[in-house]
Amino acid sequence: MSTPRPTPSHTVGPFYGYALPFPGGGETAPPGDPDTITVHGHVLDGEGTAVPDALIEIWGPGPDGELPRKGGSMRRDPVTGGFLGRNGVDFTGFGRVPTDADGHWAVRTLRPGARGEHAPYLSVCVFARGLTHHLFTRLHLPEPADALAADPLLASLPPARAATLVARAEPHRTFRFDIRLQGADETVFLEFT
Amino acid sequence: MALTQQDMDNEIARHREAYEKSVAEGAPRADHPPRDYPPYRSSLLRHPHQPLVVVATARDPEAVELGSPAFGDTDVTELDNDLTRRHRGEPIGERITVTGRVLDRHGRPVRGQLIELWQANAAGRYAHQRDQHPAPLDPNFTGAGRTLTDDDGGYRFTTIKPGAYPWRNHTNAWRPAHLHFSVFGTAFTQRLVTQMYFPNDPLFPYDPILQSVTDDAARQRLVATYDHSLSTPEWSLGYRWDIVLDGPAATWIEDGR
Repeated sequence: MSTPRPTPSHTVGPFYGYALPFPGGGETAPPGDPDTITVHGHVLDGEGTAVPDALIEIWGPGPDGELPRKGGSMRRDPVTGGFLGRNGVDFTGFGRVPTDADGHWAVRTLRPGARGEHAPYLSVCVFARGLTHHLFTRLHLPEPADALAADPLLASLPPARAATLVARAEPHRTFRFDIRLQGADETVFLEFT
Repeated sequence: MALTQQDMDNEIARHREAYEKSVAEGAPRADHPPRDYPPYRSSLLRHPHQPLVVVATARDPEAVELGSPAFGDTDVTELDNDLTRRHRGEPIGERITVTGRVLDRHGRPVRGQLIELWQANAAGRYAHQRDQHPAPLDPNFTGAGRTLTDDDGGYRFTTIKPGAYPWRNHTNAWRPAHLHFSVFGTAFTQRLVTQMYFPNDPLFPYDPILQSVTDDAARQRLVATYDHSLSTPEWSLGYRWDIVLDGPAATWIEDGR
């Protein structure tokens, strides 16, 4: 049997805003969960200018390292056809937010647990006008340091490049992760084979 | 200096020739557009200069990206795949159905995963404040839909055919009519956002977004097929478009179907 060739990627364009973002898209953590963290940052272009029309998707495991298998990220109201928001209990592991006019995004999710040899991380997928094909990167938490040192991907990169994959701790269990699409301090982007 | 369509045509031709030359010299064919495609001006400052770092998932079974978000019956309503029934009245335009299957790169159906669709209205206007193209909005059409693939990987949308619209990449730039698709696979590595085109659109050669897919055969895979057997008498015209997801997935478990 011949294998089919992949469908090419295309840009998400500038006008996805009434279709892809959904209420509660950045509220991945069930309210009140003590393992909640906030991850946020700016998306910047090659001149350091904010990208106001990017779309960020976050996918990650729960604190136990297990990947969720539950739906309900974009739970719907069968009465009105609108959005109900998440059910307040289940953790789906999936968040999606557009950047704002300042190029800023934020997602509240659960602290990811480690899997295999990896330091704990969230998978991040970036879409934007001008990006013909989305970009994957990884948001690692800045601790524990020994886990970062042992991470196979981070260890394979020059330290300055690896540093682009590690979020910076801020007060109140908040972590800053800027995404630089191009130029000095360009974020490391990944290709999966 | 205003950039004309002729300037753009020349740039597109140069990039295609460079691609064909690289293939003739032994480079593999490219299924996807390069992220660095200067004719699409918005790409200039938004593509990485560094090569992507390769993660070999065969040696990394615990990679988070080998799993994928799940979506289920709570995430879609029964009307979500019909974009013509979201308002009190009927939208203006040519009613169409678009159907096909979502497959992985081994040809296996991708079951129970989310497809999102969005588009301009029949006049070529998006329901988005930043789209100020002087074409009418349609109070009976928003242009967003969703569905889950069935057990055969199949999907089906009812909508109206979108119009072409102008944009500001260069002077007299027009996008051919297209539907935007967002698709999830069984692994996050397979994530795809793309656009579907309609057959025989005369705007194809002028559009740097479509032409960013420099491989002729790959570009053709973005064009749906008109299928008369899918057209419904007195109701709608039918198009078929299959979607093949790239990217590695977790080891497939034969489930007997």
